[in-house]
Amino acid sequence: MDDVFLLSRLQFAANISFHILFPSITIALGWFLFYFKLRFNISGHPVWMRIYRFWVKVFALTFALGVVSGITMSFQFGTNWPGYMETVGNIAGPLLGYEVLTAFFLEATFLGVMLFGIHRVPRWLHTLATLLVAVGTTLSAFWIIALNSWMQTPTGFEMRDGVAHALDWWAIIFNPSFPYRLSHVLLASALTASFLIAGISAYRIIRGDNKKAPRVALKTAIFVAALLVPLQIFVGDLHGLNTLEHQPQKVAAMEGIWETQKGVPLLLFAVPDEKNRTNHFELAIPKITSIILTHDPEGEVRGLNDFIGEHPPVAPVFYGFRIMVGIGMLMLVIAWFTSFKLIRNKRLSKSLLYSLIGMSFSGWIATLAGWYVTEIGRQPYLVSGLLKTSDAVTDIAPENVMFTFILYLSVYSALLIAYLHTLFLMARRAVEIEEIQPEERLQQKSFHNPVNPLNTNEGALS
Amino acid sequence: MIADANLPVIFAGLMALSIIVYAILDGYDLGVGILLPLNNDQQADQMIASIGPFWDANETWLVLAVGLLLIAFPTAHNVILKALYIPSAIMLVGLILRGVAFDFRAKVAQVNKHRWNQIFKLGSCIASASQGYMLGSFVMGFEASFIAYSFAALSALGVTCAYALIGSTWLILKTSDDLQLRAIKWAKLTGKISFVGILAVCIVNPMINQFVFERWTTAPFAYFMAIVPFVCFTLLYIGNLVLNQLPLKDDNGCWLPFLITVVVYVFCFCGLAFSFYPYVVPGELTIWDAASAPESLRFILYGALIVIPCILAYTIFSYRVFWGKVEDLRYY
Repeated sequence: MDDVFLLSRLQFAANISFHILFPSITIALGWFLFYFKLRFNISGHPVWMRIYRFWVKVFALTFALGVVSGITMSFQFGTNWPGYMETVGNIAGPLLGYEVLTAFFLEATFLGVMLFGIHRVPRWLHTLATLLVAVGTTLSAFWIIALNSWMQTPTGFEMRDGVAHALDWWAIIFNPSFPYRLSHVLLASALTASFLIAGISAYRIIRGDNKKAPRVALKTAIFVAALLVPLQIFVGDLHGLNTLEHQPQKVAAMEGIWETQKGVPLLLFAVPDEKNRTNHFELAIPKITSIILTHDPEGEVRGLNDFIGEHPPVAPVFYGFRIMVGIGMLMLVIAWFTSFKLIRNKRLSKSLLYSLIGMSFSGWIATLAGWYVTEIGRQPYLVSGLLKTSDAVTDIAPENVMFTFILYLSVYSALLIAYLHTLFLMARRAVEIEEIQPEERLQQKSFHNPVNPLNTNEGALS
Repeated sequence: MIADANLPVIFAGLMALSIIVYAILDGYDLGVGILLPLNNDQQADQMIASIGPFWDANETWLVLAVGLLLIAFPTAHNVILKALYIPSAIMLVGLILRGVAFDFRAKVAQVNKHRWNQIFKLGSCIASASQGYMLGSFVMGFEASFIAYSFAALSALGVTCAYALIGSTWLILKTSDDLQLRAIKWAKLTGKISFVGILAVCIVNPMINQFVFERWTTAPFAYFMAIVPFVCFTLLYIGNLVLNQLPLKDDNGCWLPFLITVVVYVFCFCGLAFSFYPYVVPGELTIWDAASAPESLRFILYGALIVIPCILAYTIFSYRVFWGKVEDLRYY
């Protein structure tokens, strides 16, 4: 039984970690595409269409990976966690159902029109299709985050014979942690997509792409990031306060607080030791945690020792939180510094471009770290206070789970490599391709003028 | 207000609807994948272009079907997917492979396209065969016996062939010239095999399945069950006659084989569904045993009644946008 439990958890973690990478890009990339399309409609400047065409292909690829890895999830609820649906199926079922009905079909159908229909439908309809795809991905996030938040802070139900029954759907969907978690996740997606766009564009510029498109895309993405990182830090803080109210043991693990105390210091670094219930190598700033969490230097924060047997494993939550916050701060520095340079019309130095390339997937790491904090932070419960994870697991033979675990793991690793490889390959292709109109080529040959970007056909790759 | 006792019936109906729509829609695009020629890249391109705008949405019907099972009949979802744990995982890997191969092959033009074509074909075959296998074990009530495994294996072949049939008729509808001629050949072959397959199921299923035998021989289902094979065989025969005449001048009737296949699908599916109704796990759980709480079903039903017509409407819209013979798939 223990083997099945561990393997099922590992398999689910692997699946959902792989899956979230792709929606975390597409949710916001959909809105970026809509923005690019609008700019093109308004200005008629082809550079926006070129940016659109490059990123719509990235979107298609990312979306496909999200869809196929998402289908796997819908099967695993039943196969590996039968106790989950048996206990809270009456709540989880309809929320998942609404996700399929209102989001999946919308995005999948209009994706076809968005990708292949530009010559077959009027321009406004194509723009509308782009908008509907973005709406679809966001609605999808709405429903799944509603369910996840309900698992963290369940409300609006009653237990009858060990089974949850819905009483108030409004209270279920808009449960206490939902607004904070949804905003946090949507902003995380915006930052993930921004840094991806900026990173890939920087890569194109480094590879000698002199066209206008990568520079405009980079600028757009960095400005968005510069505006949204501070907002994300603010929302993250509110989310933390909300967690303190409803899941104090999670916050205690995030901050590495063992004893309930006043004037809690902020641990910049430490090595939590769960066996001896203490930290080693602490690097701390006095009273800051109390100030952040209670807005009072002498405020009291409850420690893990108040929740023995009911609190999550400390180390992954503690480190995960520091990785997420660390990357957030790095994003802030880089986005503001780059924006500053861009506003003053300075050339971006090579080292800055390389840093942007290095940050391309920073959103992924921060998103994963954040999810680990919140999901591991809910343990030992699957649904807070209602259902322990160990009570929901299947009784399938461990070797079967082992088999599928290895199967998924190998497929996912191969796909991740192929995805990253293809992304950079597409960027290199976009550098090379410069389908200049004949008259322009003539002009270029005789005058050695920089190419007028108005008529190039960059991005037409397929 | 809908009575509580009727809710499971309505949801069984919705689930049946999404399964049959899935089988038809993803059936044709899986079929196109099964048939994908590895010796003719240009035809492969055309074939994939014919399903390009649709496959994402087609696959969503599977999510809806599994989702409805999960939402409305969670106990059955647990029993079925636990029994089919390995085949469903293999099917998922198949779907994953073909889904991503579709997108990768378009992005890595010329470099690894052939490799991705192979993966697309392989993934389609794996997904179809495992779906057939799962259907077979479901029909056999998840028995662990030699007969059950053989029946499931037979069903794997049958479903793969049925998908290839609807895939080839889709190609007859969407393509022209050489590829269309090739598709007609494929359709003739797979049509004949499907004929044999349906005949085999009609004979074998009541023989090895007591419940099905009683159902097929007792009124009122017996009347319906008597019609199903008759209609299917007649239609397949007519289909074969039509295929012998195609292609006609101005491409008249190119839609006929696809339509006939869809009707055969619907009849076969109804035959199968009514063989087991009201059981959602044969011999074990009825839809009333397995159903969720009425207040949850009602909450999702009201939404579904509003949303499903919208889904159907914009699905039709999307098919209209891409009406007619396939063109090169261009992102611009």
